[in-house]
Amino acid sequence: MAAIELERLERRYGERVALAGVSVRVEEGQTLAVLGGNGAGKTTLLRVLAGLLRPNGGSARVLGAELPGERWKLPAQVGYLGHEPLLYRELSGRENLRYHARLHRLAPARVEQLLGAVGMEERADDPVRDLSKGLIQRLAAARAVLHEPALLLLDEPRANLDPAAVELLEPLIGRASGRTRVLVSHDVEGALAESDLTLGLRDGRPAPVGAELYR
Amino acid sequence: MIGTARAILRKDLLIELRTKESVPAMVLFSITVYVLFHFGLDRDSLDGELASGVLWVTMLLAAVIGVTRLFAAEREQGGIDGLLLAPVDRTSLFVAKAAALFVFLTAVELVAVPAFALLLLGPSLGGAFPELLAILALGNLGVAAVGALVAALAAETRARELIVPLLLLPLLVPLLIACAKATEPLMRQDAGPEDLGRWLSVLTLYDVVFVLLSVAVFDFLLED
Amino acid sequence: MYSKGLAPLAAAAAVTITTALALVFFYAPNDADQGFVQKIFYIHVPMAIVALCGFVAGGVFAIRHLRSGDRSWDMRSYVAIHLSIILGLAVLITGAIWAKASWGHWWLWDEPVLVSFLVVFLLYCVYYPLRFSIEDPDRQARYSSVFAITAGAFVPLNFIAVRLAEKYTHPRVLSQTGGSLPGEMRLTFLVALAGMALLFVTLWKLELTAKHASIQLKRLRNRARVAA
Repeated sequence: MAAIELERLERRYGERVALAGVSVRVEEGQTLAVLGGNGAGKTTLLRVLAGLLRPNGGSARVLGAELPGERWKLPAQVGYLGHEPLLYRELSGRENLRYHARLHRLAPARVEQLLGAVGMEERADDPVRDLSKGLIQRLAAARAVLHEPALLLLDEPRANLDPAAVELLEPLIGRASGRTRVLVSHDVEGALAESDLTLGLRDGRPAPVGAELYR
Repeated sequence: MIGTARAILRKDLLIELRTKESVPAMVLFSITVYVLFHFGLDRDSLDGELASGVLWVTMLLAAVIGVTRLFAAEREQGGIDGLLLAPVDRTSLFVAKAAALFVFLTAVELVAVPAFALLLLGPSLGGAFPELLAILALGNLGVAAVGALVAALAAETRARELIVPLLLLPLLVPLLIACAKATEPLMRQDAGPEDLGRWLSVLTLYDVVFVLLSVAVFDFLLED
Repeated sequence: MYSKGLAPLAAAAAVTITTALALVFFYAPNDADQGFVQKIFYIHVPMAIVALCGFVAGGVFAIRHLRSGDRSWDMRSYVAIHLSIILGLAVLITGAIWAKASWGHWWLWDEPVLVSFLVVFLLYCVYYPLRFSIEDPDRQARYSSVFAITAGAFVPLNFIAVRLAEKYTHPRVLSQTGGSLPGEMRLTFLVALAGMALLFVTLWKLELTAKHASIQLKRLRNRARVAA
């Protein structure tokens, strides 16, 4: 059974078509790179896969769950690293992660383990609003993989990260993690290098990957 | 479900303790409104129905502030996606938010009610204290349930700050009637409860209806 | 879909209303105290009853919408509420006119039905800004349904509370409905009520038909545009 099966997926906002005719099949452990210009629908696609948006047409199965009916099954198995870090600014990194750990019913030890893995032990007790974007991104990545999700949805995951941090996060969110991944990136070459499949989007519809995509 | 609700409640209380944005504002607002009433009504002391009315109307207006800010932490961290991406069922979320609002209201009353007694209330509150507590408890419960529902309804609308008061206040009219009527005899010179049973029953009915309704309907909110 | 039975319904409404008007002017007696003006009662009270039923119906349609996900229920709910709000405004205006003509005041706080109506009206007025401040149509429908259900449950609670709160020293003056009416007044009242109800349902169906047609038209236009 494939990790992701989309068949002519459609998502509209009133009259405007955000996604249409998107069909793709991603096997477990594979990485899908989604490429396209601004407003092409890449983030919309990620949000549908995360269960945040419900599809208006076509069919979608993510990790065995039919969308939209079985969306409730997704949060436990999906890790989302998007534009917003989804961390409470007044709480510390440790408090944020502990909160998510409680929601997923994980032991506090897991939080400590991840804080170490992303190199945040020293500043784990500083409020998030005092941290630089790079450190926030590290915490966001930790939050995304806290519950060991089978599927990772990554929207520009390496934004704001220095090379050391990129290396640190590789086993968690990179190819090496072994998880099924959907990757959105503007670094076309980098994305192509680390993915098994590609999907180009233009105005919400599938389009061949090339210079045309960014017109 | 309880575990999840507790985790969310804990997070909200922790954030409020750190930012101190909702509760102090509600307290300050209440006291300011008492002062306004003093000047507006041109009275040094109130008793009976006037006292009861001023106390409760002020409370509801302050509640509007609390309700408008109920999902503020979520909005500031980039939207309610965080809640939707976690395995949180809507009922836990409702219970957590309503409980948070209940705690905030209680905290506000701890200061605002004595302040009211000091500034505007003629007769002393001493004798009817336990009855007042019962009314406050049931009243807060109703405001918390309706407030959480309205907060969720208005959470992602553009015109949130306008819609919350316009939606919340009419919905709270039955609660206001019951609370004001119940409190009125407690604020007379010869304080003593009167018809308390009837008004507490109305309050309880209101609370039960709105808690059940909100729980049933919350599932349809905050998702896309 | 909605226009089935529209013509006979409209005809029935027209007939009933004409009958009611005839009864009001020629059959029902003039009230001993209030005179001719009392006849506003035959408009005011039926409107109030129909509007309340409309709000509750809006809530029931909303429940069906949430349960089935079928947006046509939301449209039924919207039109019912929308018409009831307009009726509600008319209730308040006719109530005020009656109050002024009979008692010299434009508003009576002692009249629990009128007061409850004011609160209900204020609440339902928020339906429009709430609805139209949400852009995504799916979500707009869902949130509107939640509102319709909440407000629908609120209506009875509000009536109970306001009625309990009225001062016992003032007798209820405007709400002489049903029970204690003499024969001619009762007949006239019932016909007026039936006429108002039929009028409401006719307008409801009419508006639904019009909306449905315009949606179909839009769909066809879109399809033509995409195919081109």
